[in-house]
Amino acid sequence: MLGWELPPHNSGGLGVACLQLSKALASSGADISFILPYSPTAGYDFMKVLGASDATAPIPYATGVYESYKYLTASGSFDLDLHDQQELYAHRVGLLAESMEFDIVHAHDWLTFRAALLLRERHGCPIVLHVHSIERDRAGGHGGNPLVRKVEATSMLLADHVFAVSERTKQMIVDDYGIPADKIEVAHNSIDPDVFEFSDGNNSYHYLKYLKDKGWRVVANAGRLTVQKGLPHLLAAARQVVDYNPRTVFLIVGDGEQKDELIRLAADNGIARNVIFTGFQRGQRLRDAFSIADLFVMPSISEPFGLTPFEAAGYGTPSLISYQSGASEVLRSCLKVDFWDIDLMASKIIGALRSQALLDELSRNARIEFEKLSWQQTADKINSRYQKMAGAYA
Amino acid sequence: MSRSIIFYLHAHQPWRLRNYTIFEATQSHNYFDTDDANSNSNRRVIEKVAQKSYLPTNRKLNALLDKHPDFKINLSITGLLLEQLEAWAPDVLTSFQDLASTGRLEIASETYYHSLAFFYDRPEFERQVEQHKRKIEQLFGQTPTVFRNTELAYNNQLGQWADQAGFKGILAEGWDPVLGWRSPNFLYRPAGAENIKLLLKNYRLSDDIAFRFGNRDWEGWPLTVDKFINWINGTDHGEVFNLFMDYETFGEHQWEDTGIFDFLEDLPEKWLSKPDHSFMNFSEAIDKLEVKDDIDIQNTVTWADTERDLTAWLGNSMQQEAIKAVYDLGETIMGSGDWQLIDDWRRLQASDHFYYMCTKWFSDGDVHAYFSPYKSPYDAFLNFMNVYHDLHWRTAIFQDNIIQKETV
Repeated sequence: MLGWELPPHNSGGLGVACLQLSKALASSGADISFILPYSPTAGYDFMKVLGASDATAPIPYATGVYESYKYLTASGSFDLDLHDQQELYAHRVGLLAESMEFDIVHAHDWLTFRAALLLRERHGCPIVLHVHSIERDRAGGHGGNPLVRKVEATSMLLADHVFAVSERTKQMIVDDYGIPADKIEVAHNSIDPDVFEFSDGNNSYHYLKYLKDKGWRVVANAGRLTVQKGLPHLLAAARQVVDYNPRTVFLIVGDGEQKDELIRLAADNGIARNVIFTGFQRGQRLRDAFSIADLFVMPSISEPFGLTPFEAAGYGTPSLISYQSGASEVLRSCLKVDFWDIDLMASKIIGALRSQALLDELSRNARIEFEKLSWQQTADKINSRYQKMAGAYA
Repeated sequence: MSRSIIFYLHAHQPWRLRNYTIFEATQSHNYFDTDDANSNSNRRVIEKVAQKSYLPTNRKLNALLDKHPDFKINLSITGLLLEQLEAWAPDVLTSFQDLASTGRLEIASETYYHSLAFFYDRPEFERQVEQHKRKIEQLFGQTPTVFRNTELAYNNQLGQWADQAGFKGILAEGWDPVLGWRSPNFLYRPAGAENIKLLLKNYRLSDDIAFRFGNRDWEGWPLTVDKFINWINGTDHGEVFNLFMDYETFGEHQWEDTGIFDFLEDLPEKWLSKPDHSFMNFSEAIDKLEVKDDIDIQNTVTWADTERDLTAWLGNSMQQEAIKAVYDLGETIMGSGDWQLIDDWRRLQASDHFYYMCTKWFSDGDVHAYFSPYKSPYDAFLNFMNVYHDLHWRTAIFQDNIIQKETV
């Protein structure tokens, strides 16, 4: 398997999804070697993790795979440009693979696709590309970086098979790149409740806890602060929510290139006191953000999947999510809205916060859905595809 | 034609905030940087500026006062700086007191906390002016009679307020758009005021020293005292030349190697070598000189930037939201009688905190031109608001207690 990140050096959902999927596949009998671009710090008993270089992991919230817009030139915080990064990874993966035996190459997201193509050329093995997001998602619904689009289009055209994390993503691959729909199979992301870390009673947001005791309501979001995530729409809706009930606070957890713009926007909207930006958090402070919230909102403009509302469900917090997400294909017990419909978003937030009965009902049912979640179904689907492909090549 | 220089220095340091996260709100109430391992800790900033500026400059000024009986200086020094000097640099405080003991150092009145309270909370503003006055009386044995507002922020209402409050003089920026054809080198009367006189900063001459002195690209470089005096004498009109600047010009903004201390050394002797030249204290000028006209300043003028307005502190929505948040707590905080809470609240009013949130220069990439302990104005805003949330909690807790008492 070729991937760009794994926990603890993940910048978002990609690393978590890769890890949990690999675990489920391994438990169905797959023998996996996972090659990262950096030298791994953690090992697992269910798969081998290799580094394509001796370099240490990048800083947590600036990993390249999401920041495709930075790869147009060699400038910015990256020493290598798009072409060099991929070439280097492909070259090193090629060297590593010389002494390895494998039946199938499974590559996650665009930066690893070139390496997958190289392995097929050299070893004649089938390649599977797993699309967690395409460039249009990362660019917030617009075209994005043409160089990245070219990599995605060419690789998927040449690939033996493509997995997409949602129907929505599959449709976008067909629309954007003209890849035949029958070559693309949907493999929804999931969560393993068994390894889910629950929150203990002592929440680290003491101030929010105090406010809640005084009758305030907390609305949370967690994710990268980037155009794809639609947070300016949430802040516009927040203005209306605060007008209706000034005792509402919005907790925004995460970091990204949009951070300064969002801070400014909250102030421009006159709700600086009602919006708290925590910066990037992981571990307990991330879990506590989910659990302190009365409502979790994922207002993404274009979300291939979006695991956060499922995590929120695990912490007993109901969600309002945009229809423009893969999660909305799977999660039933939540409120949904079009990301652009700010008035309706505000109205649904207000409505939910006003009705404890609604919040409780959503929370209970979402929790039932959460407990049924498992990667196994997805792993079985992928495994059976592996069998077919290996058979076809044999 | 007799001509006087009014040489006035403004000394101030805020209490800088430490890095304060939202997770600490309700848990920890020490907001100010007291970690001396950090080079931006309040103590280390005071010690650094003391070594580079306050001590050498006061040594020089003391010698000059000693050598030239007609040399006179004027000062304003905030309560925030005075209390930090008392804590960490008592020798600097003594050196200021030595200057005052000559009788030729006049100290101006201002807000104790270097705040913009005049524009947000008038009773609080008056309390801070009173608190500053008591501090100056206690430490220097003189009662200020001339007022300067924070950042020299001035408008007609302030002029009228100071008049009513009994001040005999007030300072402002001599900014051309408000002066029209008038020269800053005379005394004026604020519109609508009766007795008070207005002293206007000659910003060209002042900024030649304060901003341009060490700039080798400036056509006036190198600035010698002879050249400077020629410029003053080349002015057609004028009785007083008001050289107003930050105290930290000497040694901190203009480093010693620019020759700024040599300039200071030469100025009194060369200026006083003509019999009709003098230095004056504020009050002396006010007593001796007549006003030439009324000056009408409706929009607030300050001594900052090319705009000379309040936009460096209140120009963007982050600054406006932050300062409004702080003043909205005022009534409850003052009612609490909790002096620690009140003092913390007042320290957060220092204009510096809002200045750090200014985005005017940040977008030009010109962040280095202005000192800020933060990486960006956005970080400055978030850190300030995190502290605000704790202050809000402390205020709310106080209110909870009242409600409990009333219901018992």
